[in-house]
Amino acid sequence: MFEALSDRLTDIFTGLRSKGTLTERDVDTAMREIRMSLLEADVNFKVVKEFVARVKERSIGAEVLQSLTPGQQVVKIVHEELLRILGEPARLDLQTTPAVILLAGLQGSGKTTTAAKLAHTLRKQGHHPLLVALDVYRPAAVDQIVSLGKQLTIPVYEEGTREKPVKIAANALNHARKNAHSVVIFDTAGRLHIDDAMMHELKEIDHQVHPNELLLVADAMTGQDAVQAAEAFHQAVNLTGLILTKMDGDARGGAALSIRQVTGIPIKYMGLGEKTDALEVFHPDRLAQRILGMGDVLSLIEKAQEQYTDDQAKSLEKKMRTATFDLDDFLSQMQNLRKMGPLTQIVEMIPGMRGALKQAGGMPDLNDKQVKRVEAIIQSMTKAERRNPSIIDGSRRKRIARGSGTTVQEVNQLLNQFRDMQKLMKQLMSGKMRIPKGLMGL
Amino acid sequence: MLRNLFRREPTPQEREQIESAVQKTRQGALGHISDLFRQQVITEETWDELEDLLIQADVGPTTAIELVSRARKEVEKEELKTPVEAETAVRRQMVEILGRDEHEPLEEMPAGTIILMVGVNGSGKTTSIAKLASYLEQRGRSVLLAAADTFRAAAIDQLRVWGERVKAPVVAHQQEADPGAVVFDAVKAAQSRGLDLVLVDTAGRLHTKFNLMEELQKIKRVASKANPEAHIVSLLTLDATTGQNAILQAKSFLQSVEVDGIILSKLDGTAKGGVAFSVYNELGVPIWYIGTGEKVQDLAPFDHLAFVNALFE
Ligand SMILES: Nc1nc2c(ncn2[C@@H]2O[C@H](COP(=O)(O)OP(=O)(O)OP(=O)(O)O)[C@@H](O)[C@H]2O)c(=O)[nH]1
Ligand SMILES: [Mg+2]
Repeated sequence: MFEALSDRLTDIFTGLRSKGTLTERDVDTAMREIRMSLLEADVNFKVVKEFVARVKERSIGAEVLQSLTPGQQVVKIVHEELLRILGEPARLDLQTTPAVILLAGLQGSGKTTTAAKLAHTLRKQGHHPLLVALDVYRPAAVDQIVSLGKQLTIPVYEEGTREKPVKIAANALNHARKNAHSVVIFDTAGRLHIDDAMMHELKEIDHQVHPNELLLVADAMTGQDAVQAAEAFHQAVNLTGLILTKMDGDARGGAALSIRQVTGIPIKYMGLGEKTDALEVFHPDRLAQRILGMGDVLSLIEKAQEQYTDDQAKSLEKKMRTATFDLDDFLSQMQNLRKMGPLTQIVEMIPGMRGALKQAGGMPDLNDKQVKRVEAIIQSMTKAERRNPSIIDGSRRKRIARGSGTTVQEVNQLLNQFRDMQKLMKQLMSGKMRIPKGLMGL
Repeated sequence: MLRNLFRREPTPQEREQIESAVQKTRQGALGHISDLFRQQVITEETWDELEDLLIQADVGPTTAIELVSRARKEVEKEELKTPVEAETAVRRQMVEILGRDEHEPLEEMPAGTIILMVGVNGSGKTTSIAKLASYLEQRGRSVLLAAADTFRAAAIDQLRVWGERVKAPVVAHQQEADPGAVVFDAVKAAQSRGLDLVLVDTAGRLHTKFNLMEELQKIKRVASKANPEAHIVSLLTLDATTGQNAILQAKSFLQSVEVDGIILSKLDGTAKGGVAFSVYNELGVPIWYIGTGEKVQDLAPFDHLAFVNALFE
């Protein structure tokens, strides 16, 4: 649905190129595309306006108009501007003992899970963390953090749901001092920024515990409203940073750019999954790529790594290099891909592949039935046939079709697919296409 | 003409609920649409500003542009001159883009109906289950809750607390048990206890997680195995603060469990929920209910006309 910005701009500029020199009007067309792309990524419309104005100013400079690849030049400028706003990854300030971290945010943004992840991360860095349950409102919120603490064997301070959060917070700090915790992480209830009573409560907690870090936890899928909510939180309690959650999905995460632009608070971490170790230090470059809708190669590599062991990947790489990749490997690849999700989705994560795919008329998705059919066909082949498909002549095809309950046409189709795949591999191996190292497994 | 697009008049109480939820929306961007048309003449700028306002409300650039151009065409074709007439045109296009929706109300669905509540993490599924349970009970239907989120920490406890509050029985297994098995037992339990509807709380899942989406399909299969006659309704909970990703979410859940309708939650915030326009426009999935707070009574049937009208008042 969302075309990568680079594809779009390249298309536009290729079209424009044919009529000779580029004009300022042409640049406007490109700016419109950038605007659309950023809006689709959920960047706030006001932020988009300023952003596009800046990019335009720079693009009108001679470097773009006279360049042989104006599309790429503009993308470069956009990328640079994005990085400028996103800023450098900032570290947590944990100078005092105990250091205090307070998490705040809207309902359902992922505070509790993030609290557990942070505790886990900090313990790995040698800290002795304490988790504190201050959400006395949502049913079983206390149970949730207690249960996460148990999983991680990290102590949780809680007083059930009767006491006021401010009081629990004060007691928790004393408890932390007594038990020599080096860092205390407070999980608070989700609240709307327009809920005066709840925002007042947050201020009280803030005054009570004097956090070193007061972090806003925001969902990467948030739309235009992100700015309004973040500004209200920032005004109420002076945020020190942002954690962007649910980045393991396909949200483009434009909200982070908007929040960063209007509040100026640094982005500190990104949440990349439901497991307690799925927290990462913020990488500006990855987020910039995301926002632009450029393939998220790193996510793809991670996805691939989930499916392959190192040994598998290595042996596969060798097979590809020595051109001994056979139909058995093809089958196991297909089964593995099937586990990763629809093929189109995976392939589209590779930069430049989307365009190539479009030219090729798209890529079929694998469903269970198709994989079963391929399985049946390959299993009806002899060992020799699997290793060397070129020996499969007409009569062999008939036999295989009969044996697998398919048609000769289907057998042909499979053999053609296999041949295409071999061709693609040869191209990859000869370095005609850029492919990230971790992708060898594919 | 507009009137017969809607299945029935909302009750005064429902209208009030929608009103209060939409109040916030009206005060925000979409409320400015009326201001825009209070001006003397319609200019190019009026349309540009309208587009901006729609985008600001999360309608999304594509749908916003379409909406503006449709309204504009109508204004030009009918030679409408006054801003008031133009406003009516915009309003009509907005109602139209929200789509015709003739679903049977949940409270009238046959006994045995199974409602699958699905959605991404933290969208409001469990709370919506509680609200729906209370809503249905108030309309004379008995319900049973199935704790099929066996993954998230304390999700089962959370549903149990709600079950107590709304006085609905809860069928639950252990943490990490097979969600399909929970649903199977719940459906059987509802049958043997003569309860009308089963509300299934599923674990939050990002729509990009292939295995988890398959798990949903399996849950649905198990539900229909447990009661082959059962009418199965899949409801997607969508957080109104969500931006354009909502479209991708709806698309994936639609593919996996054939989503029938959407519950648009958290409309009590300042988020405008404009994504409702895009989701229907691009995928044809209608909004069934709106969530307007954290209490059980904070649920109202979605009413297009009331929704759009309230935006213009
Ligand atoms: N303000 C507001 N908050 C809501 C609404 N619906 C749900 N919430 C809150 O959103 C948070 C998440 O709600 P849940 O019902 O637990 O969401 P869920 O989808 O079941 O979450 P997971 O099971 O963790 O994926 C809770 O704090 C709810 O109180 C609503 O309509 N308005
Ligand atoms: Mg839940």
